[in-house]
Amino acid sequence: MSRHSHVSPALVVRTLAAWAVTLLLFFPLGWLFLTAFKTELQAISVPPLFLFEPTLANFHEVQERSDYLLYAKNSVVTSVLSTLLGLAIAAPAAYSMAFFKSKHTKDILMWMLSTKMMPAVGALVPIYVLAQTSGLLDTQLALIIVFTLSNLPIMVWMLYSHFKDIPHEILEAARMDGATLWQELRLVLLPLGMGGLASTGLLCLVLSWNEAFWSLNLTAANGGTLATLIASYSSPEGLFWAKLSAASLMAIAPIVVFGWFSQKQLVQGLTFGAVK
Amino acid sequence: MSFLQLQGIEKYFGEHRAIKGIDLQIEKGEFVVFVGPSGCGKSTLLRLIAGLEAIDGGKLSLEGRDITQLPSSKRDLAMVFQSYALYPHMSVFENMSFALKLAKAPLAVIKEKVERAAQILNLTPYLQRTPKELSGGQRQRVAIGRAIVRAPKVFLFDEPLSNLDAALRGQTRVEIAKLHRELGATTIYVTHDQVEAMTLADRVVVLRDGQIEQVGSPLELYDRPANQFVAQFIGTPQMNVSTLAQMPVTVRQQAPAGAVGGSIGLRPESVTLQPAGQGLVDGSVELVEALGAETLIYVSTPGGAQLVARQNTRSPLHAGDRVGVSIALEQAHWFDPQGRVVNARD
Repeated sequence: MSRHSHVSPALVVRTLAAWAVTLLLFFPLGWLFLTAFKTELQAISVPPLFLFEPTLANFHEVQERSDYLLYAKNSVVTSVLSTLLGLAIAAPAAYSMAFFKSKHTKDILMWMLSTKMMPAVGALVPIYVLAQTSGLLDTQLALIIVFTLSNLPIMVWMLYSHFKDIPHEILEAARMDGATLWQELRLVLLPLGMGGLASTGLLCLVLSWNEAFWSLNLTAANGGTLATLIASYSSPEGLFWAKLSAASLMAIAPIVVFGWFSQKQLVQGLTFGAVK
Repeated sequence: MSFLQLQGIEKYFGEHRAIKGIDLQIEKGEFVVFVGPSGCGKSTLLRLIAGLEAIDGGKLSLEGRDITQLPSSKRDLAMVFQSYALYPHMSVFENMSFALKLAKAPLAVIKEKVERAAQILNLTPYLQRTPKELSGGQRQRVAIGRAIVRAPKVFLFDEPLSNLDAALRGQTRVEIAKLHRELGATTIYVTHDQVEAMTLADRVVVLRDGQIEQVGSPLELYDRPANQFVAQFIGTPQMNVSTLAQMPVTVRQQAPAGAVGGSIGLRPESVTLQPAGQGLVDGSVELVEALGAETLIYVSTPGGAQLVARQNTRSPLHAGDRVGVSIALEQAHWFDPQGRVVNARD
């Protein structure tokens, strides 16, 4: 049998379509990557340049002009702490809803999700005023609190659907074996729910890292995250595409690398419970 | 005072009264089986005893101590779940030793007890495996092992055999009976399978709709059911129950006074078949089930009664044949119109 007999026209069309969609999704990132290594003149040349001599000057300049490490540190601190805090609140909530279901559990879950449907800008003024009066403007703490709160509904939902798939009887068996609540959680639920906790944590880490709206509105030079850093290259002195790209690349690089290594957990976490 | 005592135990699920005031005494070393149709409350009652559901009324005491409000972990009972509920992230050894580890038993003691239980249950070669590497029957044995390692005051079994195939179910049933004889442990066993109930139990508790219908030894229930429900629930094939109106006059005349307007119950072995014209009444054969060791013959009479006859010999009969039906009236059970038994022998 020749190899050609396997290639149906439908397969060719599907492969082309898949490549087209992939390129479409990847193009902005790829272009960002290329532009970051161009000079400002090369960056705006028409027709666009694909072949050029790469330069690291933009990265130098970004680090010179603004303290990249400060913003990076803020990003790490706010996303990691908000994720840990979120897990600490969401896990017990998900546990009680998954294992001690009441008549209104579904309603509570829906209500939590519904809070995500309100545009964030709707809560901007009150939250800004709260941050201002409590002296939290431009601090990491402000972002940690806001990130935690805005991620909580998703965290509870994800953990709930993970916990729901753990057979009830296993926890009951632990209780019959003499386990206290704490032992039941630590020795049985934690190891069984590890996958769910990990993927929920990873997703929230990524969401917090990429968050821009609240970072831009609540923080500036001290508490700002990498999102604020990127934004600072966009308007004040006109558009400097190459430097903007370099700053963006530096901002997204850590989370892209991180996401690359944890993609298996992430995908599993997002589809868990959906197909079963 | 008995070992485990249930006094007026009640359970509500919302407005629904699921368990309606159960009184029951269980003696030390006894094997008690809760049996009944789906939804009768037998598993709920077991979970109330286990402490996995809160008791809404009444009192539960173990060795004279009130444990009604005590959490499961403090009751010193062990439970074998229908789904086995093994800890998937632990080896067989860890599964079986979990309770002892929680109780902070010395490692040497844990090792000795687990190894002894593993030996009894033929699990020694599998101690280092995880549950997913075991067959259904082996998982079931690990679940039982996890319970016996602890030497609890009472063993609770919640339909432990229903996930096994028929052959393994019979075999495991025999093993459980043997295990109970060896350990002499007080056991409460829930099943919907009346054969399991009959073969395992010292005493059977028949439940319906959250209430006890009858408590007794397997043969007591078979020979002297308290009502039509128990009579028809215990025994395969079911007891034949026909209204007196469907029966010939000779039968009706024999009925005790209380059974007027009620019905008659006949075990399949109390119905025998003769050549047509020689029995109490003639009937026609509807179906013959030849099971090898026994033959079940379904007969309908002109009065409208449907009867099953059981015989230990092969039968030449076929569907449509005319036969004479004889009834051992001295073995008949009489029921009043409400289904309560009316004693003819008194």
